[in-house]
Amino acid sequence: MEPVRFVSDRAMDNLRYIRETMERATPFTGISGRGEMAIGATALAASVIAARQPSFKLWVYTWLTEGFISLLIAGWSMDRKARATQTSLFSGSGRKALFSLAPSVIAGGLLTLVLARAGQFTTIPGMWLLLYGTGVITGGMFSVRAVPVMGLCFMVLGALALLSPPVWTNWFMAVGFGGLHLFFGAIIVRRYGG
Amino acid sequence: MAKQSTAKQERKHDAAVETRAVSAKQKSAAPNLDRIIHERLRLGIISALAANESLTFSELKHLMNTTDGNLSVHARKLEEAGYISCSKYFEGRLPKTEYKLTAAGRSALENYLSHMESLIKQMRNM
Repeated sequence: MEPVRFVSDRAMDNLRYIRETMERATPFTGISGRGEMAIGATALAASVIAARQPSFKLWVYTWLTEGFISLLIAGWSMDRKARATQTSLFSGSGRKALFSLAPSVIAGGLLTLVLARAGQFTTIPGMWLLLYGTGVITGGMFSVRAVPVMGLCFMVLGALALLSPPVWTNWFMAVGFGGLHLFFGAIIVRRYGG
Repeated sequence: MAKQSTAKQERKHDAAVETRAVSAKQKSAAPNLDRIIHERLRLGIISALAANESLTFSELKHLMNTTDGNLSVHARKLEEAGYISCSKYFEGRLPKTEYKLTAAGRSALENYLSHMESLIKQMRNM
């Protein structure tokens, strides 16, 4: 029965090749523009709440809560977009993007713990922006051009935040997680379908 | 000894008959296979163009990860078969070559896809 399996495998392989080539050639991103815009809106709200906190520790907790909410929004909106296009969130480019973003998110989480323990709260926002930007750039390598460009903007903001006085950090966070998400989310909605 | 030899011959004969049957089924499953797009690179070109309105030579080269010469040869074959159309123009001072999938090319890809699917179904039923 070897020849039978061989012919069947070849046919399956050809179908897989066609699907992968079409996926690679399509200017489509699994990232939901509307989801990004929603994250931007919640981040702007978080920046207002964070600015009113009496201590830097509470300021960090406010943004951590916002980070958790953003993850939920991102997951839900990407899954919705994947379903609308009859694909799976964890197939093809979506999986590649997830695996590229995950290391920097994990590194960011660990560094937050270490810096918070050392009492160095002021370096945390810059580190978040920088690492998030790194993850978005590597994840965006498999996506449309708007995504790595957004990552680069996050990295620039992160670098500026690290070198600026701590009183400005909330502005950097608002412009980064709020403004950049709103701006690039709108581009994704307009150019790459939802 | 003679009995063993006869049994061996019978087994060989059965195996040969089975192989011939399988081969016949494969042949019946693969008639009219479009040899033009069956080749890997040409299949890739057709698939990439099916997902886009048009692609330039350099975009296709980047997507297929191939050389200029190789892409030219295979694109020419597809063009000769009427599966893709090619237009040349200038963008500023740069010459550009743009490819589009024709109606014949799209239907050839659809036929090829259904051919592969029926091949898989037929092999599963064996």
